[in-house]
Amino acid sequence: MTVRQSLGVIGRYVFAGFVFVFFALPLLWLLTAPFDAAPSVQVSLPDFTLQNFRTLWDNPYAMRSLGNSVLIAAGTMAITLVLAALASYALSRVRIPGRDTLLYLLLLLSSIVTGTAAMVPTFLLMTELGLIDRQLGVVLVLTGGLLPTAIFILKDFMDSTPRSYEESARVFGASSLQILRHVVVPIARPGLATIAVWAVVQVWGNFLVPFILLRSPDRQPAAVVMFTFYTEGGQPNLALISTFSLLFSIPVVVMYLFVNRRYGFRFHGGIKR
Amino acid sequence: MTTVPSPTDVDPAGAAADGGARRARVDDGDAAGLGRWRATGFVAPAMLVIAVFLVFPAVWTLYLGLTNWRLTGLAAAEPEFVGTENYTDALSDPAFRNSLVLTLAFVFFSAIIGQSVLGFALAWTARRLRPAVRSVLETVVLLAWIIPASVVAFLWLALLDRREGTLNALLGSDGTAWLLEYPMQSIIVFNIWNGTAFSMLLFSSALASVPPSQFETARMAGAGTFATLRDVVLPNIRGHILTNTLLITLWTFNVFAPYLITAGGPQGRTEILGIYIYRVALRDGALGQGAALSLIMIIINLIVASVYLRLLRERRS
Repeated sequence: MTVRQSLGVIGRYVFAGFVFVFFALPLLWLLTAPFDAAPSVQVSLPDFTLQNFRTLWDNPYAMRSLGNSVLIAAGTMAITLVLAALASYALSRVRIPGRDTLLYLLLLLSSIVTGTAAMVPTFLLMTELGLIDRQLGVVLVLTGGLLPTAIFILKDFMDSTPRSYEESARVFGASSLQILRHVVVPIARPGLATIAVWAVVQVWGNFLVPFILLRSPDRQPAAVVMFTFYTEGGQPNLALISTFSLLFSIPVVVMYLFVNRRYGFRFHGGIKR
Repeated sequence: MTTVPSPTDVDPAGAAADGGARRARVDDGDAAGLGRWRATGFVAPAMLVIAVFLVFPAVWTLYLGLTNWRLTGLAAAEPEFVGTENYTDALSDPAFRNSLVLTLAFVFFSAIIGQSVLGFALAWTARRLRPAVRSVLETVVLLAWIIPASVVAFLWLALLDRREGTLNALLGSDGTAWLLEYPMQSIIVFNIWNGTAFSMLLFSSALASVPPSQFETARMAGAGTFATLRDVVLPNIRGHILTNTLLITLWTFNVFAPYLITAGGPQGRTEILGIYIYRVALRDGALGQGAALSLIMIIINLIVASVYLRLLRERRS
């Protein structure tokens, strides 16, 4: 190995070290504070305890908000999955006039009408529909935003599934919906699983939509309640905030690891926005 | 709706509607015999949700921006048409212009410079690290990306805390109030930390697509790192660079997470466009004014996104 090469290796690892510290430093607190008997905002070796989780468990808003997050995420995921599967299957198998233009137009729309840009008309629309402070409203708004991408990705997936099974099912007199349910869905399962995980991850951390549409603390998801915990007046309860942060983050981290191991990261115009 | 066709039949509705249907169906392999009508029925529910909750708000903004709609009071009950007043007001408002400048700086420094360069440097370096080191490094970058915004926002508040923050403890800069003294720099660094993962992943797959023989040739010719990057890597990943730049520009422009850290303050010094709209429309209650700003934001999004989709479409066809 020449001097230049060794310098290159050293340079690489030094750079990697610096970047590692930059990214890991803010995250460290999430690992130490929840287990610290006297948590402060500073990272320090914890005086180990699990007592903080007791505080979390006893807080009425924290656990309920996690339940709300599950409800909103599951609802959005279910509606997105069913509607996107139906639409993408039909678009994949039948040439509806203007299909390709429609798909691109939808994708364009979903990337420009973001939660931030459209917060004013969305808020007013939900007010007019009487869906303010209702979780259904949040689910519908989020579903509308996710559907175009979901249809786009699933159509690609449906295009690549074999059609011969559908033909045989049809020979035996199965209806279109039966074919979709018993033939197409099992074949397209990996694609559907990807969309399901993707939808949950999108919704789980979403702050803005529930923040502007939900008022009552007992209906808000964890993303909003977390924010209230550290912005409401007085000394923030760090035992609560740290354990809540950890519990709230674990599901998305697990799902990402699962997707990563199973399928690897793929690019369909961005798996996370 | 239609009779159940046998596999050899042509769907009667489709055939009657369009003589070309038969050929089209053979092309697309309508193996389940959906036919055009049932297919439309399958697509309709999704389109309805998209139409009501995505298309309608965008179109409605055109009208809302021309009214003096307010959250409370008289103008909440009966909003009046005020023409282009909201737009002229916005353009002459120093807070709006301040917000635009801040947004430009935020997108330029945190996304176009920060995330792209760091993401590429990471992808480039990681290729030649030991697999275990590489995977640890990539995981920690990914974690910064996938942990929910309201959690990472607090992690940064803790890191930058004036009295007990970890950063001040490490640097010995006790009492430095980063979020008050350097608010814009803080949220720019935060956003680099938060979003670099995407650029890293995209450039990793881009670099993996460069033919190894070209690297080999460059090495044989004794090219240094810089020459290799310029003559081998750049020509191969030009499309990826453009894709990455457009996507992260679009996303960073629409970011709301800094609100969770600084809430736009101190004195509007981190009030990027999304936060500014939130303050004007939902906190101060000027919904008509906010809708005009929303429309401006949607149009800027439209410009960036249509450039991107044109590229995507060219590449796919």
